[in-house]
Amino acid sequence: MIIDWLITPLSYGFMQRGLIASMLVGILCAVVGCYIVLRSMAFLGDALAHGILPGVAVAYLLQINLTLGALAAGVAVALGIAFLSRQGTIKEDTAIGILFAASLSLGVLLISTIRTYAVDLTHILFGNVLGVSPADLWLMGGLVCVVLTTIILLYKEFLVISFDPVHAAALRLPANLLRHLMLVLLALTVVVSLQTVGVGLVAAMLVTPGATAYLLTRRLSEMMILAAALGAFSGIVGLYLSFYFNVASGAAVVLTATALFLLTFLLAPRKGLLWQRRRPHS
Amino acid sequence: MSLPDEPARLELYHVTVAYGGQLALQDVTLQVPHGAQVAVVGPNGAGKSTLFKVLVGLLPVQAGQIFIHGRPLGAHHDCVAYVPQREEVDWRFPVTVADVVMMGRYGRLGWLKRPKAYDRAIVMRSLEQLGIAELADRPIGELSGGQQRRTFLARALAQEPHILLMDEPFTGVDAATQETTMRLLEQLRDKCVTVLLSTHDLNLAATHFEQVILLNKRLIRYGSAEQVLTPETITETFGGQVFWLEIHGGGQRMATASHCCPPEPIDSTKRR
Ligand SMILES: Nc1ncnc2c1ncn2[C@@H]1O[C@H](COP(=O)(O)OP(=O)(O)OP(=O)(O)O)[C@@H](O)[C@H]1O
Ligand SMILES: [Mg+2]
Repeated sequence: MIIDWLITPLSYGFMQRGLIASMLVGILCAVVGCYIVLRSMAFLGDALAHGILPGVAVAYLLQINLTLGALAAGVAVALGIAFLSRQGTIKEDTAIGILFAASLSLGVLLISTIRTYAVDLTHILFGNVLGVSPADLWLMGGLVCVVLTTIILLYKEFLVISFDPVHAAALRLPANLLRHLMLVLLALTVVVSLQTVGVGLVAAMLVTPGATAYLLTRRLSEMMILAAALGAFSGIVGLYLSFYFNVASGAAVVLTATALFLLTFLLAPRKGLLWQRRRPHS
Repeated sequence: MSLPDEPARLELYHVTVAYGGQLALQDVTLQVPHGAQVAVVGPNGAGKSTLFKVLVGLLPVQAGQIFIHGRPLGAHHDCVAYVPQREEVDWRFPVTVADVVMMGRYGRLGWLKRPKAYDRAIVMRSLEQLGIAELADRPIGELSGGQQRRTFLARALAQEPHILLMDEPFTGVDAATQETTMRLLEQLRDKCVTVLLSTHDLNLAATHFEQVILLNKRLIRYGSAEQVLTPETITETFGGQVFWLEIHGGGQRMATASHCCPPEPIDSTKRR
């Protein structure tokens, strides 16, 4: 019975691709999201997602690949934030806010010039994981490999600049270069995720699994691995839910991740709500 | 032990540092021989922390030059370890004590390399030397202030530096941590590590350090405790206070008294 329930969707090619895509996105967002959670940059993920809109709109108007447009815009916004906030003249938060608002407005402006109902565009806005083509999947897979490999190879360096910038300076690490690289990795992650969960929900995929894992672990490496598992699990479960209950896939994935978070928030050992309530009595 | 004919290994020539337009260090020239242990003393705002930040590359020099082992600052990657006055780390970050101490090894490891058994052994030894081996797997945020300080000292030790900069390690710690730090200094002396340590405890500077830098934006004096901590220099630098000093090696006591506090203004509204 359960086996049937699990296997039936797999007989459809679009479901196979969708499952792979949503698992990849779940893993990627969760791993990159750990840094977002730890450096309290949830705002940044959201800003990048919206900052990508004008790139997508321009690509649509020029009839080139939407993902390429998104990629270019994402990297541009990431570097723009890095540029404005370099040397601390403007706080990173403020730089993000300015660029976020500007790109979103530009995106809305450009999209409003598109008269015809644009199906592709709504897919970027809300995600359409079931429409992933084999070519999309290859591109996604490639980007996921690039981002994850970079994060694994530069684990030490990213750890030090996030935890203790003063020590990073004493070690003479190129802090600005690493910070910009992290922004670019984040931009790539956001672009990869757009097709699955859409602009509005990328931030949730970035933050929620990482936040859940944070409650359960005490080391960054463990946090990343657990977050990746939670992200992949949410991606798959969310897609099954969307298949059987015929609901929007992106929202189903995000809500699955949120359910896991709430469960953990209540029940986690040491950091969970119930645990902290109980502790004085034991 | 530092030999008299050993070449100077840390050299500053006419170093000037400013925050914005305001000078914090002015025309500081000094040469510290290899393996010397030097106390850096001076009143609040004298530029002690600034000096350390410059040496570690956190602040640019406005003018002047700094050489380590005869090569300009920045040519070396991790031979300077720094324990700041106030750690500015994210205490809620998911790292354990052992992880933090391992960060001391990162410079030696270099890009793309992972810690080996050798590095883990050094981390373990550093933890033991500071008496916090049993805290190795605890999250850094769940330690007491003194335990956190020991963790960062252990990290500096694991770095195996040639030059160790300790900014006021004795402020706000208990006698045991102070004792551990002093023992650590002795071990470092045997390993010929150059130590610069800032402190407000003139007595400690006089008794435990062969050399003293007296700083107040400018270099007031640099030399042996006896030469530097004289009644005149102390009065000049610190103003009206009384100190009892026991000089390094010598054992004689020296009293430095100065004129009493500057006359209070009669206007009582200015009092706090
Ligand atoms: N980030 C900064 N921006 C501007 N001025 C600064 C900054 N840090 C220090 N200063 C100024 O530089 C001078 C030297 O400061 P520094 O911290 O080096 O003093 P210090 O000798 O370490 O003092 P303390 O004994 O209080 O630690 C002070 O006048 C201080 O106001
Ligand atoms: Mg200071």
